[in-house]
Amino acid sequence: MNDVHPRKPVSISPTALAAKFRTFIDDEYVIEDAETQKPYECDGLSMFCEMPMLVVLPERIEDVQRVLKICHQYAIPVVARGAGTGLCAGAMPHSTGVLLSLAKFNRIIEIDDLARTATLEPGVRNLAISEAAAEYGLYYGPDPSSQIACTIGGNVAENSGGVHCLKYGLTVHNILSVKMLSVEGEAFTLGSEGLDSPGFDLMALFTGSEGLLGVVTQITVKLLPTPEKAQVIMAGFNCVADAGDAVGAVIGAGIIPAGLEMMDRHAIVAAEAFVNAGYPVAAKALLLCELDGTQEEVDQYTNEVQRIFNQHKATSIRVSQSEAERALLWKGRKSAFPAVGRISPDYYCMDGTIPRSQLANVLTKMECEADKLGLRVANVFHAGDGNLHPLILFDAGKSGDFEKAEQLGAWILEYCVAVGGCITGEHGVGVEKIRQMPIQFSDAEITQFHNIKDAFDPHRTLNPGKGIPLLKNCQEYRAIRQIDAATAGENRA
Amino acid sequence: MKDITQQLIEAVKTAHDSTSPIRVVAGNTKHFLGRETPTQQILNIGEHAGIVSYEPIELVITVLGSTKLIEIQKVLDEQNQMLSFEPPLFNDQATIGGTLAANLSGPARPWSGSVRDMVLGVKLINGCGELLNFGGQVMKNVAGYDVSRMQAGAMGGLGIMTQISLKVMPKHEDEKTLKVALCEADAIVLMNKLTATPKPITAASWYQDQLHIRLSGAANSVEQCFKQWSKEHGFSQVHEGPAFWQALREYQHDFFQSSQTIWRYSIKPTTQPIALAGDTLLDWSGAQRWVKGDFNTELLNELALGAGGSVAKWRNGERSTETNFPLARPMQQLQQRLKRSIDPRNILNPGRLYSWL
Repeated sequence: MNDVHPRKPVSISPTALAAKFRTFIDDEYVIEDAETQKPYECDGLSMFCEMPMLVVLPERIEDVQRVLKICHQYAIPVVARGAGTGLCAGAMPHSTGVLLSLAKFNRIIEIDDLARTATLEPGVRNLAISEAAAEYGLYYGPDPSSQIACTIGGNVAENSGGVHCLKYGLTVHNILSVKMLSVEGEAFTLGSEGLDSPGFDLMALFTGSEGLLGVVTQITVKLLPTPEKAQVIMAGFNCVADAGDAVGAVIGAGIIPAGLEMMDRHAIVAAEAFVNAGYPVAAKALLLCELDGTQEEVDQYTNEVQRIFNQHKATSIRVSQSEAERALLWKGRKSAFPAVGRISPDYYCMDGTIPRSQLANVLTKMECEADKLGLRVANVFHAGDGNLHPLILFDAGKSGDFEKAEQLGAWILEYCVAVGGCITGEHGVGVEKIRQMPIQFSDAEITQFHNIKDAFDPHRTLNPGKGIPLLKNCQEYRAIRQIDAATAGENRA
Repeated sequence: MKDITQQLIEAVKTAHDSTSPIRVVAGNTKHFLGRETPTQQILNIGEHAGIVSYEPIELVITVLGSTKLIEIQKVLDEQNQMLSFEPPLFNDQATIGGTLAANLSGPARPWSGSVRDMVLGVKLINGCGELLNFGGQVMKNVAGYDVSRMQAGAMGGLGIMTQISLKVMPKHEDEKTLKVALCEADAIVLMNKLTATPKPITAASWYQDQLHIRLSGAANSVEQCFKQWSKEHGFSQVHEGPAFWQALREYQHDFFQSSQTIWRYSIKPTTQPIALAGDTLLDWSGAQRWVKGDFNTELLNELALGAGGSVAKWRNGERSTETNFPLARPMQQLQQRLKRSIDPRNILNPGRLYSWL
């Protein structure tokens, strides 16, 4: 079943296809001309671009269904898109396909405050959920950095995380049910209003499947009670190892912070220059530890965390005394990417995960590799859950610089796998990391993924060319990178 | 630690080559669950057990598939950590593989997550006898499809799990159990209202006009909440609380001591009382409800559907037909295709979940 050739598209011109769509979608929402299509050529990872054959923005779910049925009839690739904030080129269009935007579906269908759920159309923005739930004292847990713009449909497709994952989980832990359309346009409900559902757990499989298995049309999420209190403890350290040990000690003491973020010296300096939050610019590593819960719990643990940080040679400690101060301390971290953008013409954001104990080792080796290539790397790190975001600084205007950045990126992902981690913690594979999939997975595992895909989409027209590589490409990549096929993926225990 | 992976691969390959279905068994503590299947060759994987690695500060433990929960608990205990989903131990015989396959979690489930939620990665043998590795030992991993969490509730139909990595959590510093006399309808509203507050609630169950609530967390926080709720809702403290939750977790509560058919509803927690004659027990703040007696299956299915969920025959009763909630034809076909994609000859526990799967 592996590497089957997808069904050849049945011949239909873009104009004829557009005419078919216009029988049920408003003229202006079937986009044929290149100029209007241009904003759709990429997602948040703008170095990967492609122009689609057509862009459609249906306004009713039954019209999404009709688009899928027509595309299925002609074997035309379909790429679903939310806000286009993704960072793996997962929503990059297909040159002979339809880009299906779900942006029009931005309605909050229902909030049930007693059952603590929100039922949403896929185009509802992540932050809009918490804003709407706030009047009931509730909020939605996962908070990717793009939460102001990214949509819940895209969050489901990518299994998005955020800074609060260690305590509150990923998207997969925070959704109850998903309505989806299959490649044939058939409607399915996965999950239920209960906490488990009969049969195989298709919702677990579907979450994070990057638009390869179906199109999300409705989501019911769990809402959590807004904690009584949240407080941030910021601490500077003289070396990354001390900060890493401090993180381990907090968790070892039985405290699960709501968020636990680390920044290295490049990131600290860039962020401080950007927001003036009062970060210790001389520190080599900075920790932001947020505790939330009841008043009593936060008070108790704030004292303990300060004690632990002091024990681990913190050079400075600051505890937020107000909501405004808490927001300010977070602002530096949340602006780290644009802040780094100011100190370098371009940057390339990676997303590997590693066991936390490997942190100092990985950062040291990374700096070495970067030096060899004459590049710099700034690091922000979801320290609580081991998700590393190295930002490789480069200048696309300088010949060969992007290639070097890509080379360093590949090395970082390979090294993450080698120390027991993985190539992507929350951004997804998409186009960007598809070449690195054979580092983490063997041919048999990749083949199993293809077989699962075929159970949903045998002609492989949903988001083709993303997520799961063809076997022949895996073999080529391993040959180039000198990875032994027999041991691929085996570094993972 | 005893690793018999190679032996298991050979056994599955043999079964695959001869298209002979096998019934996978480890602790055999959940033999009563699911359908009775025609005689199948038994593959006993019980000795494939042991702790592979445990990193307390990473909150991750990796074990071979048939490791007994009691062994895992013992190791976690030493570091003051726990399996937060409170799985039933079934007289200390239950294994982690069986727990995940049956997706069984205890009273803390709505607040602390299920076994499915805590899975980080699995190694499994598919129906062709290939050893495959999905997920990992880190909290976040979105490379490839999530084959690990999909194992939850699959009753072994999507592979034999040879190794499982789980997220573990620190134990709570303190715990208190409270109770108050309340009718079912009022209890449903109160448990859900309390769950919607930012207080340290970790269990809520109702039986025979008694609502039990458990508080766990930082000591000061538990104490403050206990005082506040006692005053506001008339709760009193139950000193034998741990034994109460333990009995519920192990299905040893009085309710379960019966030869009648026991049904399990998994529904929207705020659903009004399901009007059926017979004994009823509510757990998970109303999201898991137990009833027992001889009922018309179609009537129960209809009630479950109206409550946004499902119902299944949990224990006893006729088990050669279907025991699980019926699925519509297109969903059946999708589930069948998925099963074939992992187990093309349908040799791994066929018919255990449904006659057609």
